Formats: sequence, C-alpha cells, structure tokens
Amino acid sequence: MKTTVQQIWGKTVVPFNILVLVCILYVILLFLVAFGAEKRAAKGQLGWLRSPLIYTLSLSVYCTAWTFYGAVGYAARSGLEFVTIYLGPTLVMVGWWWALRKLVRIGRAQRVTSVADLISSRYGKSNALGVIVTVMAVIGTTPYIALQLQSVTLSFAVFANERSAGGALPDLNSTALWVAAGLAVFTIVFGTRSLDANERHHGVVTAIALEAVVKLAALLAVGVFVVWGVADGPSDILARIDTSHFSQWQIKGERWFTLIFLSAAAFLTLPRMFQVLVVENVNERHLATASWAFPLYLFLISLFVVPIAVVGLSALPEGTNPDLFVLTVPLNYNAEGLATLAFLGGFSSATSMVIIAAIALSTMVSNHIVMPIWLSVRKVGATVSGDVRGVVLMSRRVSIGAILALGYLYYRFSGGGGALAAIGLVSFAGVAQVLPALLGGIFWRGATRNGAVAGLIIGFSVWAYSMFIPSFGEGALMSSAMLTDGPWGIGWLRPQALFGIQGLDPLVHAVFWSMALNTSAFVIGSLVSFPGPIERLQGAQFVNVFEHSGTARGWQGSAAEAEDLLVMAQRILGAQQAQALFQAESQGQGRDGYLPDVTADFIGKLERELTGSVGAATAHAMLGQIIGGSTVSVHDLMAVADETAQMLEYSSQLEAKSQELARTGRQLRDANEKLKELSIQKDAFLSQISHELRTPMTSIRAFSEILMDGGDAGDEYRQKYSTIIHDETIRLTRLLDDLLDLSVLENGQVTLNYSSANLNDIISSAVAATSSLDGARAISILRDGGRENLPITTDADRLRQVFINLIANATKYCDARVPELAIKARLRGGMLVVDFVDNGSGIAKRSQSVIFEKFSRLSDHAAAGGAGLGLAICREIMTNLGGQISYLPGQGGGAFRVTMPPIAPKAGAVK
Amino acid sequence: MGKRVLLIEDEPNIIEAIRFILSRDGFAVDTHSDGSTALQAVQAKVPDLVILDVMLPNRSGFDILRDLRAQAETENLPVLMLTARGQKKDREMAERFGASRFMTKPFSNSEVLKSVRELASL
Repeated sequence: MKTTVQQIWGKTVVPFNILVLVCILYVILLFLVAFGAEKRAAKGQLGWLRSPLIYTLSLSVYCTAWTFYGAVGYAARSGLEFVTIYLGPTLVMVGWWWALRKLVRIGRAQRVTSVADLISSRYGKSNALGVIVTVMAVIGTTPYIALQLQSVTLSFAVFANERSAGGALPDLNSTALWVAAGLAVFTIVFGTRSLDANERHHGVVTAIALEAVVKLAALLAVGVFVVWGVADGPSDILARIDTSHFSQWQIKGERWFTLIFLSAAAFLTLPRMFQVLVVENVNERHLATASWAFPLYLFLISLFVVPIAVVGLSALPEGTNPDLFVLTVPLNYNAEGLATLAFLGGFSSATSMVIIAAIALSTMVSNHIVMPIWLSVRKVGATVSGDVRGVVLMSRRVSIGAILALGYLYYRFSGGGGALAAIGLVSFAGVAQVLPALLGGIFWRGATRNGAVAGLIIGFSVWAYSMFIPSFGEGALMSSAMLTDGPWGIGWLRPQALFGIQGLDPLVHAVFWSMALNTSAFVIGSLVSFPGPIERLQGAQFVNVFEHSGTARGWQGSAAEAEDLLVMAQRILGAQQAQALFQAESQGQGRDGYLPDVTADFIGKLERELTGSVGAATAHAMLGQIIGGSTVSVHDLMAVADETAQMLEYSSQLEAKSQELARTGRQLRDANEKLKELSIQKDAFLSQISHELRTPMTSIRAFSEILMDGGDAGDEYRQKYSTIIHDETIRLTRLLDDLLDLSVLENGQVTLNYSSANLNDIISSAVAATSSLDGARAISILRDGGRENLPITTDADRLRQVFINLIANATKYCDARVPELAIKARLRGGMLVVDFVDNGSGIAKRSQSVIFEKFSRLSDHAAAGGAGLGLAICREIMTNLGGQISYLPGQGGGAFRVTMPPIAPKAGAVK
Repeated sequence: MGKRVLLIEDEPNIIEAIRFILSRDGFAVDTHSDGSTALQAVQAKVPDLVILDVMLPNRSGFDILRDLRAQAETENLPVLMLTARGQKKDREMAERFGASRFMTKPFSNSEVLKSVRELASL
C-alpha cells in the first residue's frame, strides 16, 4: 500500500492541515445536525424526521468506504462483478419487501434491539444464543471497522503525500488512532444519550442521512467530472470501455450467484443494517417508499463506477492503487475542490458505517454479555431502576470504546493488507451465517433453539476455518502446509477444498460449505429436538406476527392450534387435568385423541378453567397470546409468568415429594416381595440340600446296618456293600465341596488367582482332565488348535473348572450313537467366545431356562452322579471372571457358549 | 409263600438295600423306578404292600398315592412312604393323602422291616 501511495501523481493541492480543518468542520456540522434532530425529537416535533426519505437515506449505511472507494477498485480489477454487491440488496428491497415488513413488524412487536436480541428472543429467550450471535457479529464486523479506518487513513495519506515535498509525512497510525477516537466520542455522545425503550437514535439517523447525501453527491460529482470533464461525454466513455480490457471480462455464473446471495444475506443480517432497517424504523410504511427509493440510490451511486475506473486505468500510471481512483483522478487533473468533496464523501461513508456498527454491536455486547455478567455478580438484582439505567449506559459506552479499539488494533496488526473488497466479502460471509436461524425463526414454527445453536456454530466454524483464518494470508494463522495438504495431512479437510471438492473459487467454496452445513444442521437440529414452552410461544409470535397484531376482539377467527393450547393448559392445570379436559371436549366433538377443534365455545370453557388457576386477566392474556386478538406483549406475559413461577415451583415441590413417597412405598413393596421370594428360595434350597444329603446317607446307613448284622451276607455282598458305602461317602464329600464352592462364589468372597495364559493350553488341560474320569464313555472332541491360540489373563484354574464341567456334561448326557463334542474358540467384538456343541439331542426348550439354577438336574440321578450344582457353579465362576455362560439353542445338539473378556476386569496390573 | 412288596424308588443303592433286607425276611420284592408309569405297575399286579418314594423322576409320590386312593381296588392297599425331605409338611401331606405309614430317610433297617411286617399282615 505504501508504495502505491508514493506513486500518486499530481501537483501540490490542498494542504494537509486544511484538510484536517475541513474534516473537523464537517464533523461539527454533523454534531449540530444530530443535536438539532435530538432536540426536535425530544420536543415531540418529529415532523420531517419521520419522513420515509430519512429512512431510505439511513439505509445507505450499507454503502461504506468499501462501496465508495472499493467499488471502483473492484471494477478496475474484476470488471462488472462489483454490481453484485448492489444487486443483492436491490433484490431484497424489491422482491422481498414483505419479508422485511415481517422483520420490522416483529422488531416493533417484540421491542427487538438487535439481531442477536431477535434470535435470542425467538428461540425461547436463550441468552446463550444471544452471546453466540454477538460474538459472531463482533468477529465478523471488526475487520470491517478496520477497513473503514484504513480507507480514511489512506485517503488522508493521498493528500499528505502531496504535502510531503515541503514537510514531514504525518504518522498514518496516529491518524487512524485519531479517527477511531473521534468516532468513539461521536458515537458515545449520540448513541448513548438516552436509553429509549425502542433504541431509536434520531440524531444519529439524521446525521447518517446527511452523510448519505454527501457521499452520493461526491461520487456523482466525480462521475460527471470524469465523463464530461475528462472524457468527451458518454460515447467517449463507451469507446474507452471497448478498447480497455473491460470488454473481455467474463461473467462467472457461480461467483455472481454467490456474491448476489451474500450481499442479499448480509443486507438482512449485518448488525448495522438490522439497526437502521428494523430498530430505527419509526413507521412500517416507510418500507414501501424505501423499496423503490433505496434501489434507486444504489443505482445512482454505482452509475459512474465504471467510467471512473476506465478513466483511472487509462489516465493514471500503471501500478496506481485503483481503490483510490475516486481521489486520485480529480487530483491528477488539479480539481482540488472536487477532490476535497470526494474525500468528504469517503469520510462520510466510513464514519457512518463505524458509528452505526458501533451502536449496534455495543447494544449487543452490553445486553447479552456485560449486563448478564453484571447482574449475576451483583446478586442483589435490578431493584432500583435508575441504578440499572446508569449501568446500562456505562456498559454501552465502554463497549463502543472497546469495539473501536478492537477495530483499530486489527488495522494496526493486520498491516492494512488485502484489497478493500476482499475484507468486505469475508465479513459478509461471516454475518450471513445468521441467515438460516433468522429466516427459519420468522417463517418456520418448527425451528428450535438447538437447531439454531447447531447451525450457527457449525456455519461459523466452517466460515472461520475456510475463509476467515486463511484470509490473514498463508503462514499467518494457518501454515501453508495446512492449506495445501490439510490438517495432519488429511486431504479432504483442506480449508479451501473441503471434502475433496477442488477447483471452486475460494469464496464460492467457503460460502457454499458454510451455508450448506449451517442450514442442514439448523434444519436437522430443529427436527430432532422439541421446543420448550417459551420457544413455542415465541415461535408462534414471530411466525404469525401479522395475525397476532390484528385488533379483532373475541375468540372468533382464531388461528390457534389445539396442540399449543394443550401445551399451555398442561403447564397451568397439570398434565392430567388438562388432558382430561381436552379429551372430553374432543369426544364431545365426536373424535378420538386429545386435540379437539378450536371452537369459540371450547376457548371460552378453557378460559374459565384457566381463570380458576391463574386469575381472569392472566388467563385471558395467555389465551390471547396463542389465539390472537390481544395486545398483551410477551414481556407482560413473562412478568405474570414470573409471579406464577413461584407457585408452580411450590406445587412442583409438593409433586416431587409425593412422587418420592410413592417411590419409597414402591421400593418397600419391592423389597418385601424380594424377601418373600428369597425366603421361598431358601426353603426350597434347604429342602433340596436335605434331599441330596439324605439320599447317600440312607444308603450308607442301610448297608452299614446290613454289614453290622454280620451273619448271612456272604463275602460277595460284603465286598459289594462296602464299595457302595465308600462311593456314597465320596459323593457326600463332593456335594459338600460343591456347596461350599458355590457359597463362596455367590458371595463374591472368592479369591481369584489371575495370570496370563493361552486359551489353547487351558482347553487342552480341561480335555486331558476329563478323559481320565473313570467310567466315562468315549466322546470324540473336535478342536481347531490354531484358532484357540488366543492370549488371556484370567484365573486359569477356575476357567478350566468351567470347561471340565461342560466337557463332562457332554460326556454324560450326549445321547448320540457316536458322541462328538466340537469346541470352537474365537475373538468376537473384543470378547473371547468358546462354544461347546455336541451332536446329541440337546436340552428341551422348556428346560433351557432352568439348567443354570441350583439342583436343576434334568435326567435321573443314577446317570448324572452329580448333585445338579455344576452349571450353577459355572455360571458363578464366569460372573466372577467378568464373562458369562449361556445355552445356545438351535445348534442341533447340546450347546453352551462361554464368553469372557481377554483380560478379566479385576485382573488389574497382572503381568 | 411270602407276601409281595412293590418298591417304587429310583436310587439304585437304596433299592438294593431294601430288596436285601426284605428278601432276607421272606418277602418277594418287585421294583419300579419311574414315577409316570408307577400307577400302571401297581394296577397290573396289585401287591400286598407298596413302598413309595416321594421324589421320583417325572411324577411325585404324593400324586401316585392320591391316584391309588382314588381307585376302588387300591383304596385300602397298605402304602409305606419314604422321603428324603424330612419336613413336617411332607409328613402332613402324606397323612392327608392317606399314606399308611411315613418314614424319613435315612431309616433304620429294623424299623423298615417292622413296618413292612405290620402293614403286610393287616
């Protein structure tokens, strides 16, 4: 930039000091105009202050220094593309003025103070959303403010450079600092004079309107000078356009579409635009005038852009900064007065933008960030209203200072790099992220807070990642490796080629992805989440704003939905009573369900019911809110709701208490049932044990008595009977062992010895142990040793016990002619799975559920030999090892599945 | 000729023991070990005495007893019940269903013999 400044042509013109003097005089004029307007407004003599002309002119805050200087630069660089920046707002004003009217109506009905306030209010007064939008707006606008400071500073430099031959070059940074400070003072004085309920600033708006006239006049004057002073009229200009490279520029469809969309979106969502369009609007009908007058303004201000650019390109030496043609072309032809007027036009563009942006942002920062913090720090709350007013004003003033300081710092540290238009577009794309939540909020009742939060955060993140951060230049905030290879070398995350889509213009790419993901997240988030009661209420208020602000009395012609009424009635009457009321009405109308037709009769009935709970006024107000025909604002309603909240709180405490009692009663009943159940189980268990112990003891006693009788039993019998006594003793011992084992396992008192082992080894040793069982029939065991080769950390002895039990069971019970048992081990889903499948007839379906219970032996005692505790013990062991054992139905034969983690959960740090 | 005893019991060792004791004393002992077919076994050839275990595979001894008492030909047949579940309610149930005598395992050989003798001679 500095090099181009030095290359500016021309002779000595207006001295720098005089220029500063002109500026100061101009600012004093603005002060006087603003002050006069405030005075008139205070006396209630609004008069011409209320005219649609002032409103239309104030909209021109859209045209900043970017438009004033940058449009010519843009045209010089990229041809006709600059037109898109005007086409977007024009399309909105002409084609979408009804949407604007809705926004304005909502803004007035809800006393909205900013775009953040609108979003927060629509989505259930969510301050989180307010903060998100505020932060986004500040981040998106700061570069834009810096841009204005830069343009003013550059235009000063143009004159300063002329002067530099005879004196020192003034410090550009200190110029910017002075401009920023001056703007801060002006904004604070006129932006925070009072705390109007509807945040209107007549003084500022009037001053802005004056600035709008100045910038239009300046640009038209330069244009006329260029066309008829420098060139020989329009035909000469057309001839010059033909010979210049202008005619060769081609219109790139996707870029044009994106730019028009962006500028249209920004027109609605830019904090400063929202401020003048919605907040400062004094009469809805002004929109009708503005819908044709503002496009006309835009047409006039863009009329001479191309001629100035063409003449600048041909008359000034190559390398001259085209962003400053508006100044340097008149200077080049020694038109000092005109150059000064152009300078004032640029100055006006920059200052008007900064002032309105600072007011809008400071309202947001103060309302959504500073005040909530202040109120929560000062727990006492806002009891004295005067006290709070002071705090609000102070926080706005500090916010204005902070925002301008931020803009100045950005200007200082970004080094003033990048063409004006580029910074502006980054800013536009950032604030455009609010669009889905904004439009969804006023046209779609299904839009929810969660959807809005998701859309905003995702859209803003994608914008920051693919556009904002790269805009600082390669290597500044993002390494060039990241730009070319993606983060961590992940190609599809490259900031300028997301999801592998390459070859798009970076702007188109960033806008497409951020808006697409933003909108998707918003819609999906809204569809999957359910709005709260305040959200529903506000949604109805916003979407049906025109119905609601009608004046019809009574409950006829209502657009109310039974569902909304039910939701509200449930809050007040309680779910059961409300549902009963609705259901009865619904049945009276001859239909099912809870949603009757909303007839006048029914509403009257509902009102009487509600009156019993909350009083007549509140009931009427609440119904009025949902049905329409009432002028109570949501704020009033919320005040009522606050008072009711205590009552609700109290009753919900009661409800919670009684629920707790009921819960305790239920728990006691459950516990009692469980005890009974346990007692029955205990009896059954004791009876079973008794039986299992008495049976072998019977044999032992009977045979020992026979032996004691001596005499006539022969040796053969003696031998046989002592063997039976011996075997039955062993059976008793084993039974006692099993019982003790089970008891220890069930109580969790078992000591497990964890070690690292191989599943293959454990299965092998289990197979070896069962093959030596005496009296066992031969069973072929089929294994796949390779697949069993799995490491495991567990209690190997206990696991082997389970395997032995299963193999022994198969050996005992498999009734196939040639019995076979297949053991299949594998790792599945992170768990070790071992299946034992035999080729017998399996276990009957009705018995499958009981086999793991104690003493659930299915066949007759003789064949089994055990006491029926084996599988119960297996189950307890597996539970202790963090796994499980189950019967696998439908495998043909008897089939058991043992599942366990490779490392037993309690194994801890076993090596 | 000795009186005929039908022993309905499923534990092989206990069958063996009772058969030994009663045979020694001159009784003819038949055995049956399945609960579901026990009733038919009795009816096929009504013995002088039945020794009936309570916990049998497939059918409880109590059910068999009740069926026996419901039929004219076995209404008064002496039945000695044996059970390994020595609880009071088992004894009560045996009495209610009409058991001639009730004994808990483990039993004394001499008592079994004495009971069988007394019942068989009725």
